[in-house]
Amino acid sequence: MIQLTVNGQKRQFDGDPEMPLLWYLREELQYTGTKYGCGQGLCGACTVHVNGKAVRSCQTLMSSAAGQSITTIEGLSATASHPVQQAWRNHDVPQCGYCQSGQIMQAAALLREKPRPTDAEIDAAMKGNICRCGTYQRIRAAIRDASGQTVKGAR
Amino acid sequence: MQNMQNMQKIDFLPRRTFLAHLVSSSAFLIGARAAGLDFTGATTGELVSDADKAAWNPNVYLGIEPDGRVILIMHRSEMGTGSRSVLPMVLAEELDADWKQVTLEQAIGDQKYGSQNTDGSCSIRDFYDTFREAGATARLMLERAAAAKWGVSAAECRVANHFVVHAPTKRKLGFGELATLARQQPVPRKEELRFKSRADYRYVGKHLPTADRDSLVNGTGIFGIDATMPGMVHASIERSPVFGGKLKSYDDKEAKTVRGVLQTVTIPDLAGPTMFQPLGGVAVIANSTWAAAKGREKLKVEWTESPNAGYDSSKFRQTLLETVRQPQKVVRNVGDVDAAFAKATNIHEAEYYAPHLSHAPMEPVAAVAEYKDGRVVCHANTQNPQAVQDTVAQALGIDKKNVECHVTLLGGGFGRKSKPDYVAEAALLSKAVGKPVKVTWSREDDIRFDYYHTVAAMYMKAAIGERGKPTAWLQRVAYPSIGTTFNPAATHAEAFEMMMGWNDVPFDIPNHRAENGPAKNHVRIGWLRSVANIYQAFAVHSFLDELAHLAKRDSLEYLLDLLGAPRIVKLDNNYINHGKSQDQYPLDIGRMRNVVEMAAEKSGWAKKRPGAGRALGIAAHRSFLTYVAAAVEVEVDQSGRVSIPNIEIAVDAGTIINPDRVRSQFEGAGVFGASIALMSGITAKNGMIEQSNFHDYRVARINEAPRQVNVHILNSSAPPAGVGEPGVPPVIPAICNAIAAATGRRIRELPVGRQLA
Ligand code: FES
Ligand code: FES
Repeated sequence: MIQLTVNGQKRQFDGDPEMPLLWYLREELQYTGTKYGCGQGLCGACTVHVNGKAVRSCQTLMSSAAGQSITTIEGLSATASHPVQQAWRNHDVPQCGYCQSGQIMQAAALLREKPRPTDAEIDAAMKGNICRCGTYQRIRAAIRDASGQTVKGAR
Repeated sequence: MQNMQNMQKIDFLPRRTFLAHLVSSSAFLIGARAAGLDFTGATTGELVSDADKAAWNPNVYLGIEPDGRVILIMHRSEMGTGSRSVLPMVLAEELDADWKQVTLEQAIGDQKYGSQNTDGSCSIRDFYDTFREAGATARLMLERAAAAKWGVSAAECRVANHFVVHAPTKRKLGFGELATLARQQPVPRKEELRFKSRADYRYVGKHLPTADRDSLVNGTGIFGIDATMPGMVHASIERSPVFGGKLKSYDDKEAKTVRGVLQTVTIPDLAGPTMFQPLGGVAVIANSTWAAAKGREKLKVEWTESPNAGYDSSKFRQTLLETVRQPQKVVRNVGDVDAAFAKATNIHEAEYYAPHLSHAPMEPVAAVAEYKDGRVVCHANTQNPQAVQDTVAQALGIDKKNVECHVTLLGGGFGRKSKPDYVAEAALLSKAVGKPVKVTWSREDDIRFDYYHTVAAMYMKAAIGERGKPTAWLQRVAYPSIGTTFNPAATHAEAFEMMMGWNDVPFDIPNHRAENGPAKNHVRIGWLRSVANIYQAFAVHSFLDELAHLAKRDSLEYLLDLLGAPRIVKLDNNYINHGKSQDQYPLDIGRMRNVVEMAAEKSGWAKKRPGAGRALGIAAHRSFLTYVAAAVEVEVDQSGRVSIPNIEIAVDAGTIINPDRVRSQFEGAGVFGASIALMSGITAKNGMIEQSNFHDYRVARINEAPRQVNVHILNSSAPPAGVGEPGVPPVIPAICNAIAAATGRRIRELPVGRQLA
């Protein structure tokens, strides 16, 4: 029996310990805000926080999630008012939106570690998160905004 | 185990007669009939309301509830372009509704809406008039209802922000209070409608957030991959690695030992034209996506040898190049190219090549379907729910009226999701197992079994005259056509493919000929964002720039010279022009020059000089009836790595509804175009696709994408044109032209990859 905490709630799991956390979140807990994009750690769509750090849930087996505290996009803020989410709305970042849960979770983890990241630090932290619609410049602008830095570039 | 309680909560309502669930029986409803639009053109629309039910065949529903809410039933899919949010702005504008009281409901698939195929950058241009008329009609009926109630002249009654106001007495009634009365009004004739003047617009032309913005930031938006049905099981499908291979035998013993695997089911081999039929294969059915995928790994399957088993894309490249070196079918002829070549002393030739591409939308295709008592109910991330109805009906041998397709949000589409093979897979499997079945393609499935953007070779030849300007221009192209997907015997390009930047090259050159050679397909071919424009514009606008360099002239000045004086270029009458007349949407060189000059000016073209591996490049292209120019700055480092600090894009797409969504589409086109130019490519060996996921099918990441794309929208009151696709074609040659300016190396084959190393 695997015990873990998801969005502040204690959970128990007795299924396949090799199942990635991604599918547990999506199909057993219906936290479908966490997305599948590649299953190989290549795209970042499945990014969640494990003990506050950004982690690819498709690469995290249930066995290694035991005892950990998981936060998904649904648990990032009770009212979707995390500064990163606010900035995402202000900049109208999403196009299709599919990658954005992962982007937001990655960005939130970045700002926790580096409250005022440089552009190079933003790129380094975000380059594992693919956005096929190409919202990157708004992502960068929104992260700068959320970190209280001036936003460069015309909009 | 599934948590049934939660599943119910996010489940979709079954809606046999969906209106009943969306709008109450006392709502004032109005529909607008619009054309069943395709490339061939439009029919005229007609409006209907409650008052003449006999004629009711509504296309777009607008309902006004007694509590004042305006409900719009949107028939276009949302895949990131904002189309399902932007069209309602047009309707709300003419209705003069309070935007806060407008709610959207997604339509199921139904031919009464006209085309729902959210494809071809046509949502606005094909439905703009329809939505304006629907709004203006409802407004007039509300005014007349109020006038009747007050016993005054309707001319004294005017709608203002969700109320009808009688100016002389300052009385007012809300939309909700008038809903019941308005439904008794006869529908006004089109000639009676009044439209708002642009100066009075409150929504159109303004930045309004999309209806889906918040749900995409808090994780609650429901995509196809998130859709559920009570009691559903999951499927993962093993398909022939070579297109055309048929199932010979399989052994599922080990697969069935995987915990959670329930059974295996075969899907019949693909027969007849590819169309949108499933590819066939062996499905592992399990109680979770994970168990199904694990079970599939344990399957042992043998396939028959396919006629495509010899497909090798590097050899096929040679075949295509040899084809375009020979005279081929003429698709456009101006003047006498041969005579001009015979006289010429200076000839320049070049060959170009562009590989297959995969759509790779961030969300793979996914659908859940339930077959029961001869009916199918499904939820899918589809661009085209009516094609779902047709395809599922055909696969199961039922009437399409018995296929109810609900459209989820789409995590990108780019053309892949207008081909509903995956929905038919889910429906067939549901029939076989007697439960709702969810089919979720893995990324590997997505990359290895796509409807690929085709592979193309182009041959270009020019006779060089005075100041390096061509006196004759010949262009020849060959590629497996999208037509092969519908007719396996097709050899040449379809007229709509030629339309996309091949038989409409607008240069001021006296002798011009465009040709198209035959090619056979070895994989499924489909349309991908901006379609044939991608390789055709790559060759045409790269070759133009080659000629500028040869002539030692400035690329911008040369481009403007080749475009020539502002004028209307009359194309052949059989030129499709996206189904629009050339009177309404002419090929206007003046508008093309304007975008070129705007992009150049914003890029600082006149002041910037290339240096140290850094330079500007420019290209301009009309597609989807929209004029776009891109001025791109590239940097090429010592190791041959290309980065793109900046792109300036100028756009004339006619009337603009939501400028922020236009900007976002062109920002995205900059990134999509950069992926195609620099890194994406699908190759095949022994009939098998060599790529499988984002490590080898590369798309631009934040550190590889253009750093900044600035979008400049030209003010225009011309009829609206496309936005989702036309940004892509000019970006690719503009990048390559900038590379040539920076390094002296001409890119004749996509992607750039390590060519500069
Ligand atoms: S799905 Fe986990 S990184 Fe792509
Ligand atoms: S917004 Fe569509 S993939 Fe990022």
